Amino acid sequence: MKRREFLKQSALTTAGTMMIPSFLKAYELDQMNVDPAGSKILVVVQLSGGNDGLNTVVPFGNDIYYRERPTLAIAHEKVLVLNDEIGFNPALEPLKALYDDGLVKVINNVGYPNPDRSHFRSMDIWQTASGSDQYLNTGWLGRYLDATCLGTGGCAQHRAIEVDDTLSLSMKGNIVNGLALLNPKKLYNQTRDVMIKVLADHSYPKTQDNAGYLYKTLAETVSSAAYVYDQSAKSIHRTIGVYPAHELGKRLKTVSELIQSDTRTRVYYVSISGFDTHVNQMGQQERLLRQYAEAVKAFMDDMKSANRQNDVLVMTFSEFGRRVKQNASNGTDHGTANNVFLIGGGLSGTGSERVYDQAPDLHNLDAGDLKFHIDFRSIYATLLEDWLGADDVAILGKKFPKLSLL
Amino acid sequence: MENIGKSERLQHLYWRAGFGATPVQLLKEARPVQTVVKEMLTQSDFQPLVVVDADHFQNNKTLKKLAANGKPDRDATKMRIKKNAGLIRDLNVLWVEKMASGEDVLREKMALFWHGHFACRVLNPAAVQRYLNTIRTHALSNFADLLMAVSKEPAMLQFLNNQQNRKGAPNENFAREVMELFALGRASQSYTEADIKDAARAFTGWGYNPKGEFTFRQNQHDDGLKTIFGQTGYFKGEDVVRLLLEKKQTAHFVTGKIYQFLVSDQADSPEAQTRIKGLAEKFYKSGYDIAGLLNGILTANWFYEPSVRGNRIKSPVELLAGMQHSLGLVFQQKQSLIFIQRTLGQVLLYPPNVAGWPGGRNWIDSSSLLFRMKLPDLLLRSRPVTMQPKQDGDVNTELLARREGDLMQVQIDWDAFERSFSEVDPDRLADALAAYLIQQPLGKTQRAVILQMADGSSRGERIRNLTVALMALPEYQLC
Repeated sequence: MKRREFLKQSALTTAGTMMIPSFLKAYELDQMNVDPAGSKILVVVQLSGGNDGLNTVVPFGNDIYYRERPTLAIAHEKVLVLNDEIGFNPALEPLKALYDDGLVKVINNVGYPNPDRSHFRSMDIWQTASGSDQYLNTGWLGRYLDATCLGTGGCAQHRAIEVDDTLSLSMKGNIVNGLALLNPKKLYNQTRDVMIKVLADHSYPKTQDNAGYLYKTLAETVSSAAYVYDQSAKSIHRTIGVYPAHELGKRLKTVSELIQSDTRTRVYYVSISGFDTHVNQMGQQERLLRQYAEAVKAFMDDMKSANRQNDVLVMTFSEFGRRVKQNASNGTDHGTANNVFLIGGGLSGTGSERVYDQAPDLHNLDAGDLKFHIDFRSIYATLLEDWLGADDVAILGKKFPKLSLL
Repeated sequence: MENIGKSERLQHLYWRAGFGATPVQLLKEARPVQTVVKEMLTQSDFQPLVVVDADHFQNNKTLKKLAANGKPDRDATKMRIKKNAGLIRDLNVLWVEKMASGEDVLREKMALFWHGHFACRVLNPAAVQRYLNTIRTHALSNFADLLMAVSKEPAMLQFLNNQQNRKGAPNENFAREVMELFALGRASQSYTEADIKDAARAFTGWGYNPKGEFTFRQNQHDDGLKTIFGQTGYFKGEDVVRLLLEKKQTAHFVTGKIYQFLVSDQADSPEAQTRIKGLAEKFYKSGYDIAGLLNGILTANWFYEPSVRGNRIKSPVELLAGMQHSLGLVFQQKQSLIFIQRTLGQVLLYPPNVAGWPGGRNWIDSSSLLFRMKLPDLLLRSRPVTMQPKQDGDVNTELLARREGDLMQVQIDWDAFERSFSEVDPDRLADALAAYLIQQPLGKTQRAVILQMADGSSRGERIRNLTVALMALPEYQLC
């Protein structure tokens, strides 16, 4: 706590000068009361590998689905019905409970023009929000960070946190990158190395060259790591209920703790992998969907008891859906359009409005693949402006029609 | 370039044109840099890197095709994936170790450049091996030959979908990327959508056969009239490549990218633009002689200016190969080499997309910087690894994310390293090592920090501690 007090004082004494050392920024944000508790928070859950959307939200009212998937289709009576056309995979039972409480919106037919069926390229496109003929080096949430940084002058990494050891492209901006941490203590310990401490505190060469850039990144990392650790160490976490013991459960628990620690973080990012189900899909996908639904349910219950349910929105996506027709290995191959879930207390609509856009049209395919109706960047634009209060056009580089989701 | 010491010039040259020099190399080298550059450009002991027989191509049996052929055997499929991924991993390791060997360094450095320029990522190991050896073969020779050869590589034709580019149903992917990324550049505005459309028609019929050889499939070729860059004719793929090379913009674009790779990622200044313009003119007039262009850059006075030296962020592979070369370091488990590449965001033969790695400051974020600074400790002191790179979800690349144990075991020839500093006065040891490992003057604080680490009961121990500390500095990330 002493260190924190010291930095607070230093922040006050140096504020307003031209040479505010960057390593004070994290605490300055606190002082400036940027993004106080109660600010809207976006949590992105990425399903890596291309989740099979048709066995996630099952079009049980469609004969083509049963014809094209003789061994993979989920029987009508097992489906957790959402309306007379579609329903959840039975493994999503915890998610169905949230849906029944009006906390889930299912968006059908999400994709982009000229879809790419390669994992890394399509993930690139989703993470950078580029067109399929465009290559960007920054992510959509990284550019959101850039915008907040220019807006308030608080260019701090921890305003967007990825709960992982490494940082995704989606979290990289031009001016500032997000912060990757598996948990606050682990990152903090990494920055406690004697040499790192000394270098970040004293020797920061404020030059425009690459050495200056490296030291700036180091100082900001040490500062954000210390701030996030301090905040989480002093707060009383009220994580209610039991998070499942698997990795996604642990990570969403960390997100909950950080949210309740008021770290002034607006964006969280977590991933779960293994959805590339070319072979024997059934068991594999159900296991992963169950993990996902259990973890999200625990997280939302936690948010509810912490009175933050209406401040938090979870978005779940995958880089593509899978082909309508199953393959000969009881699996499915790479496809195109897919569904996206939004989960939280701030969603608009009740009843039938909880499903956005009609069930996928299995009659009208593009060479065996689903056609998209909704550009994923329209969802991003809506979340950026209506949820995070940011300039979606500046961040996405062009105007996408907004959707009435929130 | 007379204002700096010979050793600094050589170090700079070896870092930019290779993967650093060993202390012994620096001590022994008596010739001026011009002579060294000439030797780098004329080494002719080209050896292909081989992990699989060339005739082992077969049609790439992806899961889909295996399934379509009625072979849905789960274990066989998994084995095939594993075997292919394993072979590409072996090739990756072989190449990194070649870079670290110090042999034919400029060829490997430029092959690394061309791998980012002609970025390509496929799953067939024989195709990857062919592609890699093609860019290595032509790395220093002639860009016209290189562009033609790469364009006809089965790996590239597959990656950019030209196998599906047929008369009446053109696939424009290949034609678009050839213009946008390989020759003219997107920003140049020197081509139109109509040029791409007709170039795609000219490339119809370019493909490869089941043996993995380029073939021209006449029956799939659109032999009608095409108009490309204002010229009209019954063009074929070769004509498009020729028309691209006739445009000066191609020389300018490629020169600019090489300048960014070898000199500075800030190439927008008027000064840099003037240099690039001059170099590109000569490059064009020479008929795209790569060696001539490189000689022009590596022997220019401005190449050795203080603002250039030590101001380039090493890519993960340069960092890795550089550490191996400097210390004679050998990895016991080859998977460690993949783990480091994966964690730092550059896995050779798996570029992120056809545009290659963005490079420069894009390499650095909080976690990659902390891992880079921790790496010397993990390697030289065998400390446990606690990081885990994320999986990208692709079953074909699962192998790459594996860590295989918490320790990365390495062998280091410390004796040879220490001998190179045996003449150095004990008080000067830290400065001598800093002068070798860091490519810019050490700051006051940094020097003080390093000196604190210089304890040790023996001279050898002090050298090792100082080396770990210096390699952990942010400055070591620069060359």
